[in-house]
Parts: sequence; C-alpha cells; structure tokens
Amino acid sequence: MAYVAVKGGEQAIANAHAWLAETRRGEAALAELEVAQIEQQLGLAVDRVMAEGACHDRGLAALAIKQAQGDLIEAAFLLRAYRTTLPRFGHAAPLATAAMRLRRRVSATYKDLPGGQVLGPTYDYTHRLLDFALAARGEVPPPAPEAAAPQEPAPHVTELLAREGLMAREPASEAGPADLTRQPLAFPASRPARLQNLARGDEGFLLGLGYSTQRGYGNAHPFVGEIRQGHVAVCLTPPELGFEIELGDILVTECQMVNQFHGSKREPPQFTRGYGLVLGGGERKAMAMALVDRALMAGELGEDRVAPAQDEEFVLMHSDNVEATGFVEHLKLPHYVDFQSELEVVRRMRATATAHIAGDTGQGSTQDSIGAGRAEEMAE
Amino acid sequence: MSHAPHDDRRRWMGILARASAEALRTRLAEAPPLPPHTRLRGPETGLVMLRGRAGGDGAPFNLSEMTVTRCAVTLPEGQVGHAYVAGRDAAQAELAALLDAALQDPARRPALLAMVVEPLAAAQEAARAETARKAAATRVQFFTMATMR
Repeated sequence: MAYVAVKGGEQAIANAHAWLAETRRGEAALAELEVAQIEQQLGLAVDRVMAEGACHDRGLAALAIKQAQGDLIEAAFLLRAYRTTLPRFGHAAPLATAAMRLRRRVSATYKDLPGGQVLGPTYDYTHRLLDFALAARGEVPPPAPEAAAPQEPAPHVTELLAREGLMAREPASEAGPADLTRQPLAFPASRPARLQNLARGDEGFLLGLGYSTQRGYGNAHPFVGEIRQGHVAVCLTPPELGFEIELGDILVTECQMVNQFHGSKREPPQFTRGYGLVLGGGERKAMAMALVDRALMAGELGEDRVAPAQDEEFVLMHSDNVEATGFVEHLKLPHYVDFQSELEVVRRMRATATAHIAGDTGQGSTQDSIGAGRAEEMAE
Repeated sequence: MSHAPHDDRRRWMGILARASAEALRTRLAEAPPLPPHTRLRGPETGLVMLRGRAGGDGAPFNLSEMTVTRCAVTLPEGQVGHAYVAGRDAAQAELAALLDAALQDPARRPALLAMVVEPLAAAQEAARAETARKAAATRVQFFTMATMR
C-alpha cells in the first residue's frame, strides 16, 4: 500500500486542533471538569480505559478520558501510547483473588455458600429509570449503611465443585507466561496468552461474542459460578531487596463461569469453567471474557470448533480495539495514489467494456483487460 | 511466634506504600526530625506487569501493567531505604524510602513506628473495616418457605 508524502495543510491542521480544544472545553461559562472529578465520579469509565489501555493508573485514565472528550477507545489508545514511554521494573506476583477483600460476591449456582451473597455497590435490581435528582445540584448522599460485623474473605465457588471431583482443577503451574506486550501472538495460542489478550480486549467485541455463545453459536450452557469484586494487594519482589513487598491495593472483578460439559473423546462429563479477570469494576467485561475464554477452550476439550467465538485466530486477532481502530481509521488518511491507480483501472475496464458493447461481437476478452489493469496496480 | 527476618520491614513498607505523600508529611510533622538523605536512585516512575491465574488458581497470565514509582535513598549513618509504591507520586516514594532507611536505625525506630507507621496502619485498617462492614450490609439474608424445602 502506498502512502503519499503530503505537503501543505499545516495551517489547516493547527486550526483544526485549536477548534478541537475549544470544542472539548465546551461552553466557557460552565465550570471545567477536573481530572479528579472524572476519576471519582466516572469510575467505571476509568476502569474500562485502564483495562483496555492495559495500564492501571486511575489518574492517567481520567486524564485520557478528559482529553478524548469521553471517547473511551481514544482514551485507551492514549493510555497505551503513554505506557510505551515508561521502563518496566518487573512483574508482580499473581494476584491472590481467593484472599480478596470482597465488596461484592454473588453466585447464581449456590444460594447458601460460605461467605454468602454480597451485592456490593451494584446496578442490579435498579429500575433503569432516569434519576432526575442527579440532574439537580448539590445533594451528597448519606453514607451507606454498615453491618456490625465486617464481610470476611471467602473461598472460590469453583473450589466446592473441584472438591467433589465435578470440575477439573486448573493445572498447577508457575511457568512464566507469554507477554503480548513483548512478543506477538502465535497460534495456537497458550491459555495465558489468550487470557492476556481477552483482559485487554474490547468490551463490546467480547460482549457480542459471549452473547453469540449463549444464542447457540458454540453450544454453551453457562452459569455464573461466581462474580467477585474487591481489593487485592499487589506484591513485588525487587531484586535489590530479595523479599516480597506490597506496593498497594487495586480493585479487580473476577468471574468464574461454570459450563455443563457432556464429555468428549478425551474428557469425562463434568463441569468446565471459563475465567474472567479485569481491572476495576468492569463486571460485564469479566463475564464476557469468561464466556469467550470457555469457548476458546474447545481445542483443549476436544470439542468441534464450529462457531466464531471458538475460532481463536478470529477472536484474538480482532479483540484489541487499539489495533482495530488504528487499521479501520487509517482509511481516512490520504490514499491518493492508491485510489488514482484504481481510477485508472476502472476507467480502462469501462472503456474496454464500452468498446465491446459498441463492437457488438465482443472481440478480445474483457477478462484480459481486467488482468492487465490489476497487474499495473500491483506494480504501483 | 515465627518471625521471618524481614517481616517488620515488609510490614512498614506495605503501610508506607499505601499512604499518600500528604498523609506521610502530616505524620512526619509530629515525629522527631529526620536526618538529611542522599538519593541513590529516582524517584522514578515505571511499570510493573500485574498477573492473574487462569481460573483464579491455575497458570499465571499477564493481566495489565500498572504505574509504580520507586526510590532509593541513603542516610549519613549508612542505612539504605527503598520504596516501590503504586502510582506516580514521586514525593510519596521519596518519603517512603527515607522512612524505610530511618526505620532501619534501631535508635530512631520506636518513635517513627509510634508516630508515623502505627497511626497510618490504624487509619488504613479503619478504612478497610468500614468497606467490609458496608459490604456485609449488602449481604442477602434469604427467607426460605418451609414448604419449598
């Protein structure tokens, strides 16, 4: 593909960006949004940008949202670009999600379970009616009620099924996982590479794919074994210290989807699980990720791959919205020479076709002319 | 009681990593003054790759990176202090490294623990407990009808 070096347009670009800045600011008489307000009051947007930007930093994600006027894909792009300017200090120990300080934990498979059903700050059971009180100014809501006794950590629900032998345990491993920020995807992809790809994948894309598995494209019968949301400590062992320290706490959401599995040539009937883990409170994303993770296990479980969600190359190569937006949006950049060659080809084809119609008998082959045109396009 | 050699230091480093620069300054204003320190490295911001485990307990996978700021300082008496803190606050990382160095000095440790570390630990624990009580208040109490059993 040919790109053209374009001269000129600098002034137009500068003026366009000045207008963008004015548009972004909006009506000057209104107070400007502060980054801290975005971080605090648009927290789920911040979470999504951190997850898809694959960089945990609430302040940077909030700034990116402000800069992008709330375009969350553009914001994720900005965050991805920023992270490339920073050195890598190392990797943290895997997050201990079983020890999570729970603020939400629900299971659709067991009513009574150790730790109980904890709703947390959820939109579930709201009526989805617009709340015009929020459009009025000023009221700070009263603090949420507190129980006398605190919520304690609780074991994973999947552990209950694993103990009964009804669900295969995850193979224990301490192998260093593939890192998509360092090595490109290779197929077939390892489960760790798939999970990293899904964790930073576009929520909308994964939601649609997950939905497709429920509607019959992939034959899934999922139950939410567990959704848990809460804070986990980030632990790192700096080489200069030689022992593990905690760097802080982060909020994550984890989803374990439990799927009925009739067995295959290789595996006996049992429950299988799909796994989702995302930064912040992105519960829909965690659920969609778990559905797609399970669908992508078709290969390991010996299931027929018949649906888009089971096709790992299709899923993993198209899940990243930064890559997708780059390739889709590059189409609006100048393609003058490319298109010039297409114009030439179409004009010549039309001239040949017109000549044939006029000549009535169709001497010479239109096919040949098209072939010649294509060859020229390739040469360019 | 088993006590690994670095347990005390790990504990205070974890508490300092969770304290804002402002909270550290507020506590330090009450404590005996700290000696001048020399920066050995940073403060500098970089990334740490976060990991999860497949299924919550299986093979590790890379989840996302995270901004982290680190700093290393030394005191005239020779102690070297380190800090790795989540986020990009250079002032927090430097204060945490300075405190880590000073806390390694047995002469300074009791006062710094009492006036800086323990009050921060108490505030952090109170915030955690408040969240845990709010979570417990949203725990569903089922009322199952006898005939349904």
